[in-house]
Amino acid sequence: MSILVDDEPGVLSRIAGLFSGRGFNIDSLSVASTAEPNVSRITMVTKCEPQIIEQIKKQLHKLINVITVNDLTDKKYVQRQLALIKVNAQPDKKAEILRIVDIFRCKIVDVGLAHYTIEVSGDTEKHDAIISLLKPMGIIEIASTGAIALARENGK
Amino acid sequence: MKLNGAQILIKMIKSEGVDTIFGYPGGAVIDIYDALAKQNGLRHILVRHEQGAVHAADAYARANRSVGVALVTSGPGATNTVTGIASAHCDSIPLVVFTGQVPTGLIGNDAFQEVDIVGITRPCTKHNYLVKSVDKLAFIIKEAFYLARSGRPGPVLVDLPKDIVQTFVEFEEPGEISLKSYKPTYKPNKKQLNKVVDLIRKAERPVIFAGGGVILSQASEELTRLARMANIPVTASLMGLGAFPGSDPLWLGMLGMHGTYRANMSIGHCDLMLAAGVRFDDRVTGNIEKFAPGATIVQIDIDPTSIHKNIEVQIPIVGDCKATLAEIIRLMEEKDPKGIAEGRPEWLSRIREWGNAVPLKYKQSHDVIKPQYVIEKLYELTQGKAIITTEVGQNQMWAAQYYHFDQPNHFITSGGLGVMGFGLPAAIGAKAARPDKIVVDIAGDGSIQMNIQELMTAVESNIDVKIVILNNRYLGMVRQWQEFFYEKVYSSTNMENAPDFVKLAEAYGATGLRCTTPDQVSAVLTQGLNTKGTVVMDFTVDREESVYPMVPSGGSITEMLLV
Repeated sequence: MSILVDDEPGVLSRIAGLFSGRGFNIDSLSVASTAEPNVSRITMVTKCEPQIIEQIKKQLHKLINVITVNDLTDKKYVQRQLALIKVNAQPDKKAEILRIVDIFRCKIVDVGLAHYTIEVSGDTEKHDAIISLLKPMGIIEIASTGAIALARENGK
Repeated sequence: MKLNGAQILIKMIKSEGVDTIFGYPGGAVIDIYDALAKQNGLRHILVRHEQGAVHAADAYARANRSVGVALVTSGPGATNTVTGIASAHCDSIPLVVFTGQVPTGLIGNDAFQEVDIVGITRPCTKHNYLVKSVDKLAFIIKEAFYLARSGRPGPVLVDLPKDIVQTFVEFEEPGEISLKSYKPTYKPNKKQLNKVVDLIRKAERPVIFAGGGVILSQASEELTRLARMANIPVTASLMGLGAFPGSDPLWLGMLGMHGTYRANMSIGHCDLMLAAGVRFDDRVTGNIEKFAPGATIVQIDIDPTSIHKNIEVQIPIVGDCKATLAEIIRLMEEKDPKGIAEGRPEWLSRIREWGNAVPLKYKQSHDVIKPQYVIEKLYELTQGKAIITTEVGQNQMWAAQYYHFDQPNHFITSGGLGVMGFGLPAAIGAKAARPDKIVVDIAGDGSIQMNIQELMTAVESNIDVKIVILNNRYLGMVRQWQEFFYEKVYSSTNMENAPDFVKLAEAYGATGLRCTTPDQVSAVLTQGLNTKGTVVMDFTVDREESVYPMVPSGGSITEMLLV
């Protein structure tokens, strides 16, 4: 869901409170300003029954600071997520890690004696795929953003 | 013209057409109280607890069809308003609550009497504000009133740091309110309305179900006209009582857990339900699977979140009840200029049979006062014209059942949240708004003790309210559940240790009257209603009387426990 909101203190709390107060769950969340002054975009991923989604959308819209709510589920959209993955890089595994990085068109952004930190950008599937391949090497830690998305063509 | 924040606040409240506010002073709002003392035209009623201020403002708004205003200090003053705000939120009552706050520089420092009231009330207000600059104060107040009364109304809270109300600034009239993110839909979709008209004309067993939204949008006239021209019987939720005349032959009585037999049976067997301004609360629907199983449901509501929330609706209409009903009437008149008043004799006679088979009734007694009898007598003596406020529990249900409201805005109750202690401060607020009306709080001995301190407010402010206590020395509604469903284990519901309400009334400077036998009921009510000033009438009623009919929680509304 892509939500445009007034950039005011407390807006995120209103949205988060709406979800927790009604027992809805947020899977991921990302907030940043837009090209328009005083307007922020919140991209949110949540998994629910269609009827609950309908209610969530209406409830979100009811918040005074929410300008538009765009449910991208059944629309064409581009989605990206950024992650930093710090992985064990033992000498015998370095070549394989570099190969994986190459295949997934990722970047190594930090190198240590025994680790690489890899920057991954892509949709959730790409993230899941690279994580499953790196797991056997020993992932030390992961920092990941929530998903961000924009509708293709006419979608807002 | 240079004004400080406090003066701007008062100026803006007056410009919204409010003549009375309810409040309680404190350190953070001392400048506002100073400004209040130095002005004319805005009456301030000093309550004895901040919760009372909000309930009074709530009832003021309903009786006056305007916005209610409460003013309290920071910290505990603010937290004491939360119950009142939550109640107004459930019932969609337009309120603006002003809370004091510690100076902006101290916010977040755990200062004396500091609380994050904006955070606390976020889920129970329509919107709320922390004012951070005196330049924006006038505009925020104007916006707060606009939000409170427009669309689906509700409470709005404005938190005022002490330094903001102290600061002087050149006053500028705020411009028109236009919010890009808030545009309520008043006008209904035409296509949907044509469908509704066809459904009404074809329906064999239609019912109108009216709720608080009809009263809020002042659509009673339209609703009544539509029902009569199309010969459709009408039921209502607790919040909708008075939306349709209780003395009309098409009136079915209230719907739901303590609804009348014929109202519940009608909903169970109707083929078309025209629901206006309702949200299908669980106390109305009972088991959702068995609610109006054979009906096509049309739902009119200004708030899209009310539609498809609890039950599935075939014809949803987002719009103002008044505008929508008026448009339906217009379309009906186009198609059936003479109305369809002759239609559906079978359906109406079936409903009559239900009504005759199980009327609203209780077992009268010559030895002990039946609470229902007190309300029947009150109805007679006031000719059904009083404004009735209630507490919550049995008193509320008996008032709803036995005081047959003919007009909107005459039944004022905490419907959604169910706040015990609502009735007395509400009666004060209603009387402040409508001094021409007899205002009666129908109370229980449990509820009245929750805000009994407001007796002092009524006496001090010369607000002439009458309090009828149906005193059964139990928390009656919970006792009733314990009797029916918990093997009569009356856990913590026995209230035999009660104060002497007559002496208590006198201690506050009010008049106290006691009534212990059925033959005195009329005389005591007559005396109480005719005595000037605040009067407490304490009726010793049948201890174990229960509210009937009753639908056990979660059951089908057509399966009722009867007397």
